[in-house]
Amino acid sequence: MSDVNDRLLAAVEKMPAFPQSVSKVLALAGEIDCSQKDLVEVIKRDPVFTLKILRLVNSAYFGLSREITSINHASVYLGLNTLKNAALSLAAVGVIPETASRRLDMGGFWLHSLAVAACTNMLGLRLGVGRDGAADYFAAGLLHDIGKVVFALYMPGEFEEAAGMALEPGASLVRCEREVLGATHADIGAMLADKWNLPTHLRDAIAFHHDLGGASSKLLDCLYMANQITKRLAFGSAGNFEIESVPERIRDLFGMDVDGLANDLPTLDEEVENARIFIKLGEAR
Amino acid sequence: MRLTFRGTRGSLPAPGPDTVRYGGNTTCIEVRSDAGDLIILDAGTGIRTLGLELAADPPPACHIFISHTHWDHIQGLPFFVPLFMPGNRVTIYGPPDPLNMTGIEPVLTRQMEYPHFPVREAELKADIAYETLSDRQTVDLGFAEVSTLLMNHPAMNYGFKVACDGKTLFFTGDHEPFFNIYEPGDADFDDYERIVQARNAELAAALRGVDVLVADAQYTGEEYARKRGWGHSTFGHALSLARDAGAGRVCLTHHEVARTDGELDAIGERLRREWADSGVDFRLAGEGDSLAV
Repeated sequence: MSDVNDRLLAAVEKMPAFPQSVSKVLALAGEIDCSQKDLVEVIKRDPVFTLKILRLVNSAYFGLSREITSINHASVYLGLNTLKNAALSLAAVGVIPETASRRLDMGGFWLHSLAVAACTNMLGLRLGVGRDGAADYFAAGLLHDIGKVVFALYMPGEFEEAAGMALEPGASLVRCEREVLGATHADIGAMLADKWNLPTHLRDAIAFHHDLGGASSKLLDCLYMANQITKRLAFGSAGNFEIESVPERIRDLFGMDVDGLANDLPTLDEEVENARIFIKLGEAR
Repeated sequence: MRLTFRGTRGSLPAPGPDTVRYGGNTTCIEVRSDAGDLIILDAGTGIRTLGLELAADPPPACHIFISHTHWDHIQGLPFFVPLFMPGNRVTIYGPPDPLNMTGIEPVLTRQMEYPHFPVREAELKADIAYETLSDRQTVDLGFAEVSTLLMNHPAMNYGFKVACDGKTLFFTGDHEPFFNIYEPGDADFDDYERIVQARNAELAAALRGVDVLVADAQYTGEEYARKRGWGHSTFGHALSLARDAGAGRVCLTHHEVARTDGELDAIGERLRREWADSGVDFRLAGEGDSLAV
């Protein structure tokens, strides 16, 4: 067991560091009295982040009449709140390394992660989570399967074997991973979240997205439900098509089951499509 | 052109004995061309009574311009009776929501979701169209032109310039003067100041010579000291903006929710003394006030 643990830790250690600027933006965004100057300073110190923000605010979504050429410029034009939320939207993406692994179809993986992100966000809003909080829901959805990237990059042979086994009808990827690798993508995702010092609620959402017994939060409930909806609607794929059963407690929370909710989110398609720009911007390096 | 204040309150409706004269309904301004064509600026709770009048005598088309989608500027929409009547044509214009990557379309659907409202947007009988506007766009309505200008508020907020019957009106929506987040001596102070000045100058240029300015003037100077960055102006900010733009008349609105009629009267008297020689012709907007432009 300790051998497994060492190998997992070694894989996690190989992952790139979480950009400090992103952690700081996440922390600042959680403060209701966040200082505009502090936020602007954090963004300015990270040229990659700066570039992403500028590309976003100059995109057609903002409909501005002038080209925004600096973070100071963006700050004057958009003000603290809009800038903070734009930064938050961009913060979570771009931390996932580009992988060329043939064990994980990155196109399908991204689409699945993005759809879960958009869906978790929508479910959070439906449960009355504020806009700022909903950005966290988006981040949780986007990162929930990050452990698969670690497996695909650094334990590729075993991950391929587990993924192959999981294609059998009725098989569960989580069980196959446990059998072959000794741990699940949720386990190693949580280890990565620890290394990255992600906020506890994000870390727990990643750790327990297949195991509701491990923790309890509105965020986790939304993420769990969104994951099932996304699989039901076949948005992308992350190697796991099995729709897990939803506890009655969560069904009651939304007043419907997976099928009911899947039918009651008519704009999900559109939101996923729209959110793709964040992926494009996030991937820009 | 004639404008009538249907709602003058900021943030939240404020009914009660202390707000009878200046009014308790949130922002809504009715603008009529000389020929009777209708433009509605913002859809706070003040839009409700206007809707009742329109229901009795529906106009051929109804244009509603939303400065931004904070509650106090949209909350009357689900109670705007013309939306429920078949045959009515209503167009709702407004800013995009870039962070959710949508346009103005969800302005009704979101607040009319089932947990919040018994009727869904899809059940409304009127012919409703949505048009998302970009910064410095001009909409030609035939009888009037309405142009947008991005202002400074914690949401995308457009000021609207209405040109009609040879006169112009500018409505700020919610707005706080651009300000420098750095202190003199900070490395970035000068660069930031240059951009702030440029923005303030652009605004003054866009407002130059308007006949009537309707401006957010929510705070006193003392209140603003605690609320910088909240996206609203003081009485002084709004009057300075009018003076710098050479606006003919200015109506101060978006009254602080807890402000009583008596307090507004006192503020009005003080401002009349302080601004006596400024050449700025101003009034504190009251619900029901109507003025010809």
